Amino acid sequence: MTQELVAQLFGKALSNPILDRMDDAASLDIEGRIAFTVDSHVVSPIFFPGGDIGRLSMTGTINDLAMVGARPLYITAGFIIEEGFLLEELVRIVASMRDAADEAGVQVVAGDTKVVERGAADGVFITTSGVGSIPDGVRISGSNARPGDIIIVSGTIGDHGATILSKREGMDFEVELQSDCAPLGRLVEEMLAASSGIHVLRDPTRGGVAATLNEIAVSSGVDVEIEEEKIPYRGEVRAACELLGLDPLVLANEGKLVAFVAENDAAIVLETMRASRYGADAAVIGRVAEVESSRPRVYARTLLGSRRILSMPTGEQLPRIC
Amino acid sequence: MPLPYLDEFRQEAHVRVLMEQLDEHAARLSKPVRIMEVCGTHTMAISRHGIRQALPKNLRLISGPGCPVCVTANTDIDAFIEMALMPEVIVATFGDMLRVPGTRMGLAEARSQGARVQVVYSTLDALRIARDNPDSTVVFFGIGFETTAPTVAAAILEASETGLDNFMVMSAHKVVPPALAALCGTPELAVDAFLCPGHVTAIIGPGAYEPVARDFGIPCVIAGFEPADILQSLSMLCDQVAEGRAEVELQYTRGVRPDGNPAARSMIEKIFEPGDAEWRGLGIIPGSGLAIREEFAAHDAARHFEVDVSYSREPKGCLCGAILTGQKIPRDCPLFGKSCSPDHPVGPCMVSSEGTCAAYYQYEI
Amino acid sequence: MCLAIPARIIDIDKQMATVDVGGVTRQASVVLLPEAGLGDYVLMHAGFAISLVDEKEALETIRLFQQLLDGMPGDDSGSAL
Ligand code: SF4
Repeated sequence: MTQELVAQLFGKALSNPILDRMDDAASLDIEGRIAFTVDSHVVSPIFFPGGDIGRLSMTGTINDLAMVGARPLYITAGFIIEEGFLLEELVRIVASMRDAADEAGVQVVAGDTKVVERGAADGVFITTSGVGSIPDGVRISGSNARPGDIIIVSGTIGDHGATILSKREGMDFEVELQSDCAPLGRLVEEMLAASSGIHVLRDPTRGGVAATLNEIAVSSGVDVEIEEEKIPYRGEVRAACELLGLDPLVLANEGKLVAFVAENDAAIVLETMRASRYGADAAVIGRVAEVESSRPRVYARTLLGSRRILSMPTGEQLPRIC
Repeated sequence: MPLPYLDEFRQEAHVRVLMEQLDEHAARLSKPVRIMEVCGTHTMAISRHGIRQALPKNLRLISGPGCPVCVTANTDIDAFIEMALMPEVIVATFGDMLRVPGTRMGLAEARSQGARVQVVYSTLDALRIARDNPDSTVVFFGIGFETTAPTVAAAILEASETGLDNFMVMSAHKVVPPALAALCGTPELAVDAFLCPGHVTAIIGPGAYEPVARDFGIPCVIAGFEPADILQSLSMLCDQVAEGRAEVELQYTRGVRPDGNPAARSMIEKIFEPGDAEWRGLGIIPGSGLAIREEFAAHDAARHFEVDVSYSREPKGCLCGAILTGQKIPRDCPLFGKSCSPDHPVGPCMVSSEGTCAAYYQYEI
Repeated sequence: MCLAIPARIIDIDKQMATVDVGGVTRQASVVLLPEAGLGDYVLMHAGFAISLVDEKEALETIRLFQQLLDGMPGDDSGSAL
């Protein structure tokens, strides 16, 4: 596989007027404030039910842009490909990047590829960066949560993490599960159109909802309290977690968001989310409170009516026998 | 999709009424009662459902030595890590073990230094890795109690019968009754009753706890793992204490047969023989370990590999031993919250997210 | 000590069975539980069936909970499920 071949392949599959110019850099017209982000993607397995590394590399960056309220516009992609990686697999990966771009209404405007020796990479690594424009008046940040805010998730939790785990070597589970991997730009646009009371948006990827809530609690200096029974799960995710001894709240999601919304706007935001294909299972899971003790914490109300502390997950999530 | 025989024992209405029952039964106690949950899986369930926070004021739950990871001694962990660092070796382990620190490093660190470490759900998966990698030796870390030991024994038997010579086990297995007896014999043991492990008992049978109740006068209830099971078992323990009884009672009737699981026990006996074992925090307990029998020496990693772990040390200053026997609390430990934290656990009580020190850490720091 | 959860045997061939837990299936060994048969609920630990779930006993325990619930004085909430 030569560098030129790969470049040709990408140019064709991801074609758009800006990319087609083949200049050294893309020149872009963007209005207003800009959101700008980057993320590297390594995932094993590279192909999984519901997606692949290509789709994931697009949705990851698109969602990062959307989580500050930006409208995702342009993406650049860098590929590190291990020598010997199959061309047809690359074709599939690039095709799903194209599909994700079309689905989200973004364009890939620049790209780069490097082929490295066998063993210097594991199949393919993809780094994507993206820019988006932030509409006037939109101020969304993890530090904006306020006591009284209502916390909404956009759908079932843990689908991506459970899917990947079940496909890992050494696990061997059969599950009718798919990764939720999806671009959330349009969902966020609709939410912002419906309400100006959205304070925080975050996509709970690594570390899951537990990590996201802890991060927000700390950045905003508030307590967060969720009710366990209100969290939407797929039955299979719950079953897989029981089997492996994992808490679904720490599993990664790739097509979900958590929103902190002013109490008065919670109903309209929830309704808007449920009307979208990306938020059909959205649910209110909790609320924000003043810090009660020495530091911000996340509490989960259990079915006994008592509260446990939902701590920041440490390290990777591994199946337990105990 | 419902999970039969699990969901029923988590139903909110059941759990609430059992909580009320526990309040009533605890009210009959004349003094505060300390109950040790022996089993790490109970500890997990108790924490996950917020049971500790919901308990009546005069009941205290203490976490015992029943987390297989937490009680594995540094010498065993170090030996396994030495094997993991050998180029011809792939080590396979349950995920629990990955974060545990050894004297020099933990498994996760060994992996970042190039060791081939595979996390498996089952020994069946480890066997498959051995079949798929005929040029490597697969060493499985045998940790766990009577529940897990037969699954490892079965894998050794299969490897032996099918001539899978590149599958080996490093056995750090432990058995529960001698450890409980040792615990009961600790003069400072500050425990009034035991919540006994349902799944270990599914193998060894309820009779195994008779000496604890008879000789040491400590009430035992063998409990299931759902909140309703645990609450009901706590009520049963309160009754025993209130009435001055010390008996072995079975709450987990759906999971435990009167004679346990004889097939699983004979699988253990076929492959393993009793030996001494070192427990982190508790020291060496005679007869509490399982060593691979001579007949299966070909699959015994401890016999096959010579590793030097003379550098092995238990973490200095760690009070886990006293904490596991209920004599000390984490705040008594000079390392607590300083050099020992969930990100950098020094002792076993901090390793598992639900270990006593880790649990305290979440609430107090 | 040991996480084990109820799984239903949906296929069995000598020592290997396919078990189902709420839509998740996996191969499990029944070598430690020779009496296990098709349709049985077993406790599965680390890929091995270690004990039969005694369904009669389970229902009896649930019935006890229910009795407690029915007999609860001043209960006006009814069953939550
Ligand atoms: S705080 Fe750390 S060092 Fe101290 S007893 Fe607990 S685990 Fe051991």
